[in-house]
Amino acid sequence: METVFKKTPVLTDAVMHYCPGCGHGIVHRLVAEAIDELGVANKAIAVVPVGCAVFAYRYFNIDSMEAAHGRAPAVATGIKRVNPDNVVFTYQGDGDLASIGTAEIVHAAHRGEKITTIFINNAIYGMTGGQMAPTTLVGQKTTTSPYGRDKEHCGSPIRIAEMLATIEGSAYIERVAVNSPGNIIKAKKAIKKAFETQLAGKGFSLVEVLSNCPTNWGMSPAESMKWLEENMIPYYPLGVKKEV
Amino acid sequence: MTNTKKQLMKGCEAIAEAAIQAGCRYFFGYPITPQNDIPEYMAAQMPKVGGTYLQAESEVAAINMVYGAAGAGARVMTSSSSPGISLKSEGISYVAGAELPCFIVNMMRGGPGLGSIQASQGDYFQATKGGGHGDYKMVVYAPSSVQEAVDLVQEAFDVADTYRIPVMMLADGIIGQMMEPVEFTKKSEGRKLPEKTWAATGWDREKSTRERAVINSLYIEHEELQELNDRLQARYKEIQEKEVKVELYNTEGAEYILCAYGTVARICKSAIALAAKKGIKVGLVRPITVWPFPTKQVHDAIAQKSVKGALVVEISAGQMLEDIKIAVNGEKPVDFLGKPGSIVPTAEEILNKIIELGR
Repeated sequence: METVFKKTPVLTDAVMHYCPGCGHGIVHRLVAEAIDELGVANKAIAVVPVGCAVFAYRYFNIDSMEAAHGRAPAVATGIKRVNPDNVVFTYQGDGDLASIGTAEIVHAAHRGEKITTIFINNAIYGMTGGQMAPTTLVGQKTTTSPYGRDKEHCGSPIRIAEMLATIEGSAYIERVAVNSPGNIIKAKKAIKKAFETQLAGKGFSLVEVLSNCPTNWGMSPAESMKWLEENMIPYYPLGVKKEV
Repeated sequence: MTNTKKQLMKGCEAIAEAAIQAGCRYFFGYPITPQNDIPEYMAAQMPKVGGTYLQAESEVAAINMVYGAAGAGARVMTSSSSPGISLKSEGISYVAGAELPCFIVNMMRGGPGLGSIQASQGDYFQATKGGGHGDYKMVVYAPSSVQEAVDLVQEAFDVADTYRIPVMMLADGIIGQMMEPVEFTKKSEGRKLPEKTWAATGWDREKSTRERAVINSLYIEHEELQELNDRLQARYKEIQEKEVKVELYNTEGAEYILCAYGTVARICKSAIALAAKKGIKVGLVRPITVWPFPTKQVHDAIAQKSVKGALVVEISAGQMLEDIKIAVNGEKPVDFLGKPGSIVPTAEEILNKIIELGR
């Protein structure tokens, strides 16, 4: 029998702890496949966050470091400056990157740090149980915005990809989504492109991935994908925001 | 700059030069007074030796860059001053939890809060009792001269690598800012340093002979976290047995024992000379490592029959005082002279306090 698809060896055989229907598993696979296809697994270093992906070092079958909440870009900077031949990436959620870690991500981009960031935007804090994130949509209910996010009270959701695209040191910034097979194929291409940008030494690269959180959104996986398409994509438009 | 001739150097610059000579090739820092001469020296000198100086966006980022570089196997350092060390404390806890070696300099200034930019010893508790969260320790060196600071730097890096722990140099702003003649003759004490087989440098799942590297301080199962803590505590016990450094000055048969570290210890030596002129025999116990603390040496010096009492002198409200009291364990009276903030006691004040104790 012909093998038409198999799991990339850049993922371990560990059973993932993610909730059923969560997009993290998809993005992990895309990242691992991109690393595999580029033939850089033996020099790749994953810097993983605090948040739902806190155990990602169990799943990426490469050397890994666990960073403090929000500090992954600083940790990645330290690694890359020591071993510039390593392919270094951070994998961060919206609480980690867009809230507590804004200084680190902005300045990693600003320095043109030759690292890649995979940024998962699911508009909520997942690991801690569904609190409001900087990316939570106006009107969206979370455990800390129980009446819906009020922009007069706590501002409008932050568009990270557009913000980082204005920074001189960023070389490749794209927003993708993992809500449909077509978008997943596009996401894979973007992730690969981001790693290629790093390999070419062009500067900082980031892929913002719109993803879902059925558990904390209180929806079935299918409903959450529909909600993502109807609510997130209009506010967070997909596409390349910067390419040099 | 590897000649052995004496040269006049500022403390901060001398420490930076000693670090480069000890093989440190990565420095991540952020400006704060009174330690700016360290990053400035590194910015000028690191490129000449193929090293990297990088100014971080904050002290928080700087210590996390240190974490990344240390995890990648580099000999790496950062420096700051009191408020900046508070910001680094989270990262230091992660460095300790992930069992990484690094070197951190704190040129202490007055506190709390923004405090002052003058010398202080108000960060003793932070350095020796934690600072960050969790049960961790750093080896903490407290030099009392620029030469001693220089001589301790190589040792600091080697100790960090030997035990895979963060090591701090706790100096007051006076040590950092004053110029003294120094020579760079101190060589490594010949420790056999372990290979960094744990470093994350890239792993080939077919060819690598080591395990996949995971630099991490997360142990979600409590049994695993207990194992980490047992490992750390065993290491700290070994350090307490092997790495204590202390100077005993004039202590044998003394009537009074002064206890001080850093610049204050030198003022104490002047007070001892003044006391001798008045016929009072005074000695000094000067911890060089404030952690591991020289508990036994302090006890033995103060518990001597000849000793009437001890006087602890600090530029603080009395922090090392607590460790001295634990060491003496009530066997002799222990008094204190010092003020929090940045008020440096004079030799005359110390002498007067000794005379007062005798009444």
